[in-house]
Amino acid sequence: MSIQVRDLRKTFGHFKALDDVSLTFNSGELVALLGPSGCGKTTLLRIIAGLEYPDSGAVLFSGADATFTHVRERGVGFVFQHYALFRHMTVFDNVAFGLTVRPRRQRPSRGEIAERVHRLLELVQLDWLADRYPDQLSGGQRQRIALARALAVEPRVLLLDEPFGALDARVRKDLRGWLRRLHDELHVTSIFVTHDQEEAMEVADRIVVINQGRVEQVGTPQEIYNAPASPFVYGFIGDANRLCGHAADGWAELAGLRVPAPEFGQSEPRQVTGYIRPHDIQLQAGDQGEGVAVRVESVSQVGAALRVSVRIPDGDTSLQVELPHSGGRWPFQVGEPVKALPRAARVFAG
Amino acid sequence: MSRNRVIPGFGLSLGYATLYTSLIVFIPLAALAASGISLGAETFWAVVSHPQAVASYKLSFGASLVAALINLVFGLLVAWVLVRYTFPGKRIADALVDLPFALPTAVAGIALTALYGRNGWFGQYLEGWWGFKVAYAPAGIVVALTFIGLPFVVRTVQPVLEGLERELEEAAASLGANRWRTFRRVLLPALVPALLTGFALSFARAVGEYGSVVFISGNMPYRTEITPLLIYSKLEQYDYAGASALGVTMLVFSFILLLAINALQYWNLRRQGGG
Repeated sequence: MSIQVRDLRKTFGHFKALDDVSLTFNSGELVALLGPSGCGKTTLLRIIAGLEYPDSGAVLFSGADATFTHVRERGVGFVFQHYALFRHMTVFDNVAFGLTVRPRRQRPSRGEIAERVHRLLELVQLDWLADRYPDQLSGGQRQRIALARALAVEPRVLLLDEPFGALDARVRKDLRGWLRRLHDELHVTSIFVTHDQEEAMEVADRIVVINQGRVEQVGTPQEIYNAPASPFVYGFIGDANRLCGHAADGWAELAGLRVPAPEFGQSEPRQVTGYIRPHDIQLQAGDQGEGVAVRVESVSQVGAALRVSVRIPDGDTSLQVELPHSGGRWPFQVGEPVKALPRAARVFAG
Repeated sequence: MSRNRVIPGFGLSLGYATLYTSLIVFIPLAALAASGISLGAETFWAVVSHPQAVASYKLSFGASLVAALINLVFGLLVAWVLVRYTFPGKRIADALVDLPFALPTAVAGIALTALYGRNGWFGQYLEGWWGFKVAYAPAGIVVALTFIGLPFVVRTVQPVLEGLERELEEAAASLGANRWRTFRRVLLPALVPALLTGFALSFARAVGEYGSVVFISGNMPYRTEITPLLIYSKLEQYDYAGASALGVTMLVFSFILLLAINALQYWNLRRQGGG
């Protein structure tokens, strides 16, 4: 099922949680709402779920207006950050809840419910925990049960609010891959909220970057990473060197580094801010060749990459550079003069 | 058992707890029992099975149970309102709940008698229009016992209700549960242990209550005479052994009932996987 939101606005007191948000979620897609905490992403998710109502704007499910439909009738599966499992019920009863609370006429038979619950528990690979209580499970297991519970009612859309936010790094990583595979199997339209860019990059088909209640950019993870639409996205997704400078005649001068800036063709120099990814800078030993002369400040190895920090002599600007490194001696030593050449950069006015 | 604990001092604290409960609870009760038994089996039985005594047990325990049940329902309601809603004067309402604890029960009894008496604010209508007698009737005893027992249910349920996450209700709603089913299947089970505790405390308090009841009940033998009053009248006649015998009987009944409530509590916790 496709979901559309149009011109959503929501304020809490004086705080603008959502400011004119319009988005389309395609059927069968897995979309991440990504942004810093307090940016409005959870509010958006809760409005789509029907747990919150917008001040103005509309929510459409498959083209039909659902803005003020009660959450009970929306057919959404909601997964909470802190699981919200019913502690006094067994895992089985938790998953069966959505089926057993149906009015008698629509309720499946006992046997059908049991079969469906066990199928779901197999799907989340926790069939062996059916008789346990939530308190006896680990965080990762609880969240998988919460997901099975949400899926039991065969929702038209699955909404996940920071589903892995309360878990430790290791479990998070496992569950990410698992969620992606599950989605590939079920193909239910899913939206999840996260503040972890790596999580969004790894799991989502598309990412919606939100900042201060507004949509900054919508795109595939590649698009978001390779062509950030705004300074905010550049700074928020991945690491980037932020450099101030001037631009004119199609070129920008950023702390001594010269990069192409085709958007700034005017002859009057204008103040700009440029962003360069650490792996988009080339380093060459010695003081010959192209680029700006810099001095190596520090070198460290992180996994298969070498992180080099270099200082541009004209000011206090440091550049972070990331180079592939396959072991052996480090090609640069601290204090050594090298030439730095940016291969790609993005320049914004201001 | 005492080894490998995070907090040491198991032996000391157990010894202290035993000594303390012995001094405060057990020894006085044992003395009471001893004094009752001094009557001899036959006289003891004659005292405790006297029709007047039997009528008073029925009234005491019956009225206490009814009062505790009323408190169970309305205490939950009051706690719910105090936790879930904000309204002007909420803090004052919250403080008012404790008032029955602080008020000398005799004062409560006099106030209630004034209200529900034939010429009182409520009494004139209840009795005058519908012919429903409250003061000087068993209903009046229930009113007094409800009054003094209210804080127990409210104060035991309130913190549990505060601790229940909103998300539980949201989860239930998103799974299609209507309000009644959400309450019945998600909220109520979480509140049952606190409700049982509040019920037990309210009931126990009501059984032992004396001060407020004597004013409103009228103390008519066989009709509106509670056991504590019967005990008191025996004491006034210097029949200490008879008073003790009645006291022991009450004690046994109360103990059995409270034990039953605790068993219910235990069973409920086990059923919910908490045990």
